[in-house]
Amino acid sequence: MSGRFKTELDEVELDEAGLVALAQRLAGRLEDGGVIHLRGDLGAGKTTFARALLGALGVGTRIKSPTYSLIESYEVRGLPIHHLDLYRIAAPEELEFLGLSDLAVARFLLLAEWPERGGDALPAPDLIVHLAHAGPRRRLRLESETARGARWLGILSGQTSG
Amino acid sequence: MTHSIANTPHPETAGAGPVLGVETSCDETGVAVYDVARGLLAHTLYSQIKMHADYGGVVPELASRDHVRKLLPLIRETLRSAGMTTRNLGGVAYTAGPGLVGALLVGAACARALAWALDVPAIGVHHMEGHLLAPMLEADPPQPPYVALLVSGGHSMLIEVSGIGRYRLLGDTLDDAAGEAFDKTAKLMGLPYPGGPALAKLAESGAAGRFKFSRPMTDRPGLDFSFSGLKTQVLLAYQANAGEPGVKADIARGFEEAIVDTLAIKCRRALAQTGARRLVIAGGVGANKRLRAQLAEAAEGEGFRVYFPRPEFCTDNGAMIALAGALRLQAGLHEDAAIKVAPRWDLESLAAV
Repeated sequence: MSGRFKTELDEVELDEAGLVALAQRLAGRLEDGGVIHLRGDLGAGKTTFARALLGALGVGTRIKSPTYSLIESYEVRGLPIHHLDLYRIAAPEELEFLGLSDLAVARFLLLAEWPERGGDALPAPDLIVHLAHAGPRRRLRLESETARGARWLGILSGQTSG
Repeated sequence: MTHSIANTPHPETAGAGPVLGVETSCDETGVAVYDVARGLLAHTLYSQIKMHADYGGVVPELASRDHVRKLLPLIRETLRSAGMTTRNLGGVAYTAGPGLVGALLVGAACARALAWALDVPAIGVHHMEGHLLAPMLEADPPQPPYVALLVSGGHSMLIEVSGIGRYRLLGDTLDDAAGEAFDKTAKLMGLPYPGGPALAKLAESGAAGRFKFSRPMTDRPGLDFSFSGLKTQVLLAYQANAGEPGVKADIARGFEEAIVDTLAIKCRRALAQTGARRLVIAGGVGANKRLRAQLAEAAEGEGFRVYFPRPEFCTDNGAMIALAGALRLQAGLHEDAAIKVAPRWDLESLAAV
């Protein structure tokens, strides 16, 4: 039920299992790190997507929501991973408290929920994941912003259409 | 940025005199003065959430975690209400972690510098240890061993406390914290932020039994929690019944019962597993009336005792940091003359006192 994902701009409707499966496939491509923005309303599936991705990367079973802590960090096989949730951020200047500039080492993976609240203070994305409610299912659209993001999408679309 | 903070013993500093406590790990700026011999002398809190409510929403200028601007006036006010000056202090304690690095650094820098200027010892305190020891601020404190349920916007943990600095994590959330589930569920039904308390209020007028949500992870052994799925259940129930009379209150009632049942089941399981007979409830969700009533009833029926610190000591505050710091200073621990924070810091790595 993985949806017929074709290119970076196509919208697909997925159930939760499909969303999780897609995140897990993407996780297999992230060994060099990158920046992924997750956009969508409360309950649209951003955290489900992030959690599936982090789980597939091997961070363990306790994947706490960063809504209150703003940031949860992990390290897997030498790759620093940061899961951000900017829901409670009211102004980009507040990001200073997160010490993001210290985190942005040569190779890292950043997943950011509610990235629009961080403005320019947040690293630019390789990939934007747009999520929306569709009854019990979720509507998903992927948008690459860089060559790296386009490469991820190429791999994903090749896998799903083949 | 992960490192531990090793308190080093220093016999000469085995502290006498009141200890100033500074909490700046997240949203709240809290300051207090605690004296091991005399108890809590003063405590003040600059509440972020209160400001939001007063201004009818989030005001960016106020919403910034602006501990820098609040901390010094708050220290002056706290000392004034304790009837003393900095000269009377015997030590300074501050939250060294876990938390937001920028927020922690404000408190750590200010507190460490103040201690250095006054030539008194400073001590970095683990924020969660503060919560675990907070019931000792009350007149009839629990004696270890006890089990603590820490439930707030950011945490849902069960911890075994067998002494000061002797903590074992029994269970934790696999995803959302209990308070977060309250706040997000409230938001899904259109209640204003922070909606948790409003949702609990609404539940009081809701009908029991109309909506039945799952009690996550109670059907299998273990003490971990998972609350993110409840949010989805509520959303679907809300969408399917939108516009019907009383639907919000009835959903709120069903939701609150699901959370409270789940917490109560796990608390009783933790007591059975550890053999402890005392249960401490901490964190903002600890103020929930249904949770308090249900645990009090279980305690009565099953012969354990439950402790509820007053709400101002359940949520983030400076008093618990002053207390934990004073106990560690009294045991002869203190920091060297460096400003150190630990945004990530394992509670189980603390030194026993």
